[in-house]
Parts: sequence; C-alpha cells; structure tokens
Amino acid sequence: MWDYTDKVKEHFRNPHNVGAVENPDGTGEVGSLACGDVLKLTFKLGADGKIAEAKFKTFGCASAIASSSALTDIIQDMTLEEAENVSNKDIAEFLGGLPEQKMHCSVMGREALQAAIDNYRTGESTPKKLSGRVVCKCFGVTEPEIIEVIKENNLSTVEEVTNYCKAGGECGNCKPDIARIIESVRGEAASDAPAVAEKPKQKLTNLQRIKLIEETIEREIRPALRQDGGDIELVDVDGTNVTVAFRGACSKCHASNFTLQNVVEPKLKEFVSEDITVSVYAE
Amino acid sequence: MKNIYFDNNATTKVAPEVVDAMTPFFKDYWGNPSSMHTFGGQVKEHVDTARGQVASLIGADPSEIIFTSCGTESDNMAIRGLAETVDTPPHIVTSKVEHPAVLAMAQHLTRKKGTLVELKVDSQGHLNLDELRDSITDDTTIVSLMWANNETGVIFPIDEIAEIVKAAGCIFHTDAVQAVGKIPIDVSKTPVDMLSLSGHKIHAPKGVGALYVRKGTKLNPLLWGGHQERGKRAGTENVPYIVGIGKACELAAAHIDEYDTKVRAMRDRLEAGILETCPDAVINGDCENRLSNTFSVGFKHVEGEAILLMLDDLGIAASSGSACTSGSLEPSHVLRALGVPFTYIHGSTRFSLSRYTTDADIDYALEKIPGVIERLREISPFSGEDAPTSPLSCKNCSSKSCR
Repeated sequence: MWDYTDKVKEHFRNPHNVGAVENPDGTGEVGSLACGDVLKLTFKLGADGKIAEAKFKTFGCASAIASSSALTDIIQDMTLEEAENVSNKDIAEFLGGLPEQKMHCSVMGREALQAAIDNYRTGESTPKKLSGRVVCKCFGVTEPEIIEVIKENNLSTVEEVTNYCKAGGECGNCKPDIARIIESVRGEAASDAPAVAEKPKQKLTNLQRIKLIEETIEREIRPALRQDGGDIELVDVDGTNVTVAFRGACSKCHASNFTLQNVVEPKLKEFVSEDITVSVYAE
Repeated sequence: MKNIYFDNNATTKVAPEVVDAMTPFFKDYWGNPSSMHTFGGQVKEHVDTARGQVASLIGADPSEIIFTSCGTESDNMAIRGLAETVDTPPHIVTSKVEHPAVLAMAQHLTRKKGTLVELKVDSQGHLNLDELRDSITDDTTIVSLMWANNETGVIFPIDEIAEIVKAAGCIFHTDAVQAVGKIPIDVSKTPVDMLSLSGHKIHAPKGVGALYVRKGTKLNPLLWGGHQERGKRAGTENVPYIVGIGKACELAAAHIDEYDTKVRAMRDRLEAGILETCPDAVINGDCENRLSNTFSVGFKHVEGEAILLMLDDLGIAASSGSACTSGSLEPSHVLRALGVPFTYIHGSTRFSLSRYTTDADIDYALEKIPGVIERLREISPFSGEDAPTSPLSCKNCSSKSCR
C-alpha cells in the first residue's frame, strides 16, 4: 500500500484543472507511455502576462495525477519568471510530501512546466535544457536531467537519483555512470564553497588518522553502501595504507571495485589525507 | 465500507472451519510433538493427520510431504536442496514467468558458476516444448516450471512437460502454489518429483506451506538441526498451522469442483462484462488453458496503480502488474515476458476470485469498474480530441518494452 498524504489522495480523487486549454500559449509534454507516465500541460497567459489558465492531462499513477493537479494550482496567476522558479520540491511540499519512490512524479511536473515555458518562448517542443547525453537508456534520462535533480534536491546516492528521475531503475547498467555524475556535481558544489574545501589539513598522529578514517567510513561511506544492501568494514590501517572488507551485497557485487576507486578512496582522501591508499582485504 | 475481494491469488480468507480446527492447538494442545510425555506426544497424531490431508489432495503418500513455512520456502528448498546434492556446477532450466521464489533462487545458485536457462513464453504465455527438450542437457540439475501462473492464470501442460523432463532423465520440480485446490492434481499419475504448495492461497493462514518430494529423490535440507520432518526440515513443527493447512486441503478437495462451475461462471461473467463495458481492454495470456478464478486485463492508456486506488475507494480489492505497484520502476516481469504492449502493460489489472466470491460481488464490480476506467481516461492525455497525433514513444528510449 502506498503511503500517500491526504492532500495527495484529495488531488488524485478530485484533480483540479483536468483538460487542455484552448489555443494555449505554451504546451509541455513529458514522459512516455513505455515508461508509465505522461504529463501534458497547457497554459494561457492573461493580458497582465500572468498565467491565467493552466490545465493538464496525465497518464500515470495516483501521485503523478496529484502532482499534475498541484502544479496547475501552484502556477495559477504566476508570471513566467515566477513559474520558472517552481521546483519539484515545491510540488511535493504543496502535497504535504510524496513517498521517496514517487518523487519522480514531482520532477515530471517541473519538467512539463519547463517544457511548456520553453515552448512558449521558442516554439520548440523539446525543452533545450534537458536534452543531452542519454545516461539511462531504459528510461531515456539525460545527463542534464540527472544533474538538475541532484542539484535541486541535494541528492547523494544513486538510489535517490532513481527515485527522483527513474534513471537506473530498470537494468541498472548506468548506475556507475550516475555515481560518477553525483560525485562530479557534489565535487563542484564543494569547490563553490571554498570555506569547506580549504579546511587546513594538519599533520595527523597515527591514532588521529585511524579515528578520522573510522569516522569518515561511518559518516560518508557506510550509509551509501547500506542503501544497496551492502556494508564495509575497516580491517587495518598501516600508515596511510587502509585495508577494508566489503560485506553484505557489496561482497558479491561486481561493481565493488568501482566503489573502492570511486567512493571509498576519494572520500578518505577528501576527509583524511591526500596520500591515503585503500585496498580490499583478501580473505 | 464494502470489501469485494478479487485478490485471491495474493492471499485468501482463512476458512472458518480452518480457524476452528486450529484453535485447540493454541489453547490446549500446545505441546511439542517430539516430546516423550503424553501431553506433547499426543499432538503428533494431529500433525500426521494433516500430512495425510495434504497428501490426499495431490495424490501423494503422506511420507512424501514436508511441511514448510511458505511457498517460497518450498520452492527454495526444492531447488537449492537438490543443487546441493550434486558436486558439479548447477544447470537449472526454468522459465521467464516463474514466481520470484524460483527465479531469484535459481539466479542466486548460478551467479558464480553454473548455467541458468530461462525459457521464453509466447504471447499466450506458453512455452515452446521443443525448446524445453533442447535445453535439457546431461548436466541439467533440475527443471523447475510452474503449474499455473499467478498473474495470468495460464496453466502449463504439466503432464506433457513432466514426461519430457523424465524422458531426459532429469529431476522435475513444479511450483503449484496457484494450481493446488483449483485444478485436480494427482502426482501418482503426473511424474513430478517435487511440488510446492502454500497454505494461504487455499484458505489456510499465512505462514505454512508444504513440499511434496517423491520417494527416492535426493534432497538436502534448507534448515539444518533436529530430526523433524524426517531430518528434511529442522525446527519444531508449527502445529496449529500444520493442522490448519491440513484442514484447508481437506476443504479444498471437497470444494474443488466449484472452481470449474460456480467460480468459472462468475469469473467469465466479470471478464465478459468488463470487456463489454470498457473499450480498449484486452485479456493477457491464453484464455483457454487458464485457472478458472483468474483473469488479467490490460486497459489501454490508463495506469494500474490509479485503477487500484480508485477501485479501493469503492471497496474493491484487485492487483496490478504496473510498474508503480511492483515496488520497482519496472512493470511485471510476467507480462513483459508475454510481450504485452506498453500501451496496455501499465494498465494491466488482475482479478482473482475464490469460492467465497458471490454473484452480488460481480454485480457490484460490473456496476463500478466502467466508471473508474472512463474517469481515468478523461484524465489521460491519450484520450479525447487532443490526444497526441503520433504514438508517443520515448524520446531517447531504447527500453525493451518500447521495441
């Protein structure tokens, strides 16, 4: 049973603004039948430049219908500049929250809005911002789309990205690619905030180093692995050489080498010291 | 609120007679059947009675029945228990439409070494038996194919399949969780080596199942420990539930004819009524060789979760193969294996009846369902005058269901 708020249920049972605006100024259509949801948004501007009428038609689950209904309520009477700033979070918040696995419905709402505004401005039917390299071939999700949901919602795990835009949700082959994108987006974010990135790295004693390694694993690494049913154990620290063992799902995972090189080692380098090297304990 | 229950392939109402049969084993006879003293030991004969009731439903000898905790355990035990008796890497033949209890176990066992053959099905949900014959090699450890499919109700020709597997000298397991109690099964005539069944699909409570293991079949336990179930399944017997599944099997045998008459008639009326009143609806899978209580209908251009929740508001319980209800982002692996087009797959809804379903239930459902579909189609962009002119395929998509 899905855990929907009363507001979601209300907008699902009695959605507002169902239909299509006659002679719309902007039309945005996102999603696909194959992927299980499609949202078509139309709007008309009033003489004052504000959205006078917005309507939707949606093929999708209860939260997709509710998100569409919420979207049309939210953008009513907004200028296009205001509407452009509506985020998927605004839609989810308007509904009193959505289950994590359903956040992609709110993202679909924001994408339809973006597409409709772009359509009004350029006459194009595909939103420019979202086209780009296709990362998830199953659901046709592009790199710019993934970057956008990561930034907008401050996502840090592949599973979250899947919940927010479906990428990685079918065959899963693109998960390492998504992990790389998360890393690079978060890396950028860190360099945008020099105060955090430039924290002075003092020389550590052995004990301090071990403690810091333990803390970093606990705080930065383990939560991400646990989300995929895996785990990590610190086996040994010899100077700057760290030995870890993968547990749970990670111990059998083909991608664990990837995790080592792209998650474990970079995190330890970032939070402990640059000269850390990590190897996997051979049992 | 009404409770019109059309989800009997998920679980069933516990029969009142089953509750009555179980109750004394909570209140008075709570002893351990392995005990030497009379208080415990006297319970053993009730476990034996239940074993006889289960055996009798499927034409087995009581000594061939092992009680388990559920259908999943039975499936896991059959496949893993057998694979562990051989030293060579497992070679497992199964199909793409099996229950995850079979598929996940088979995938797990063959992940590191060994071979897994997942036979395809056609659009009717049927196997190509020549392909089955060709897929069995001298190294094949086990062939595991379901008797009837939980989502479509399609019945595999198990007599024929068993003959093929036995002719190739291989062990055959069938997951009969959905078939037991709905169609006659007689393992004294059908040469299956192992057969899984589950209590809660036949009006016993959740938490009890059984595995039939033909005499002489080598099988390792899944649970190791005590001598219970003749060393095949350690752990103190779940006496009340074993008594419950025994009673449920006895009742199933007494009522099995109703599935071919009363239940079939109600199913057919519901199915025909829906097809008549809801345009653009199709039945998934073979309509002939199918369980009499089940149908899976794909509604074009509407989404399954939305259908289920609207039905739920009306007090009607059904189930769906849509992505949004599967707990993942992918629609049902069974419907995809049948190649159900994506225009229908997301709106596929399963109705499964039982002997407790009434004509009034069908009347009520037929009165309400068309309105639900119509309402959702009003909201859907694929209906009405402004429907997209070209079929909407993914802009960037290379999804299997798209092609």
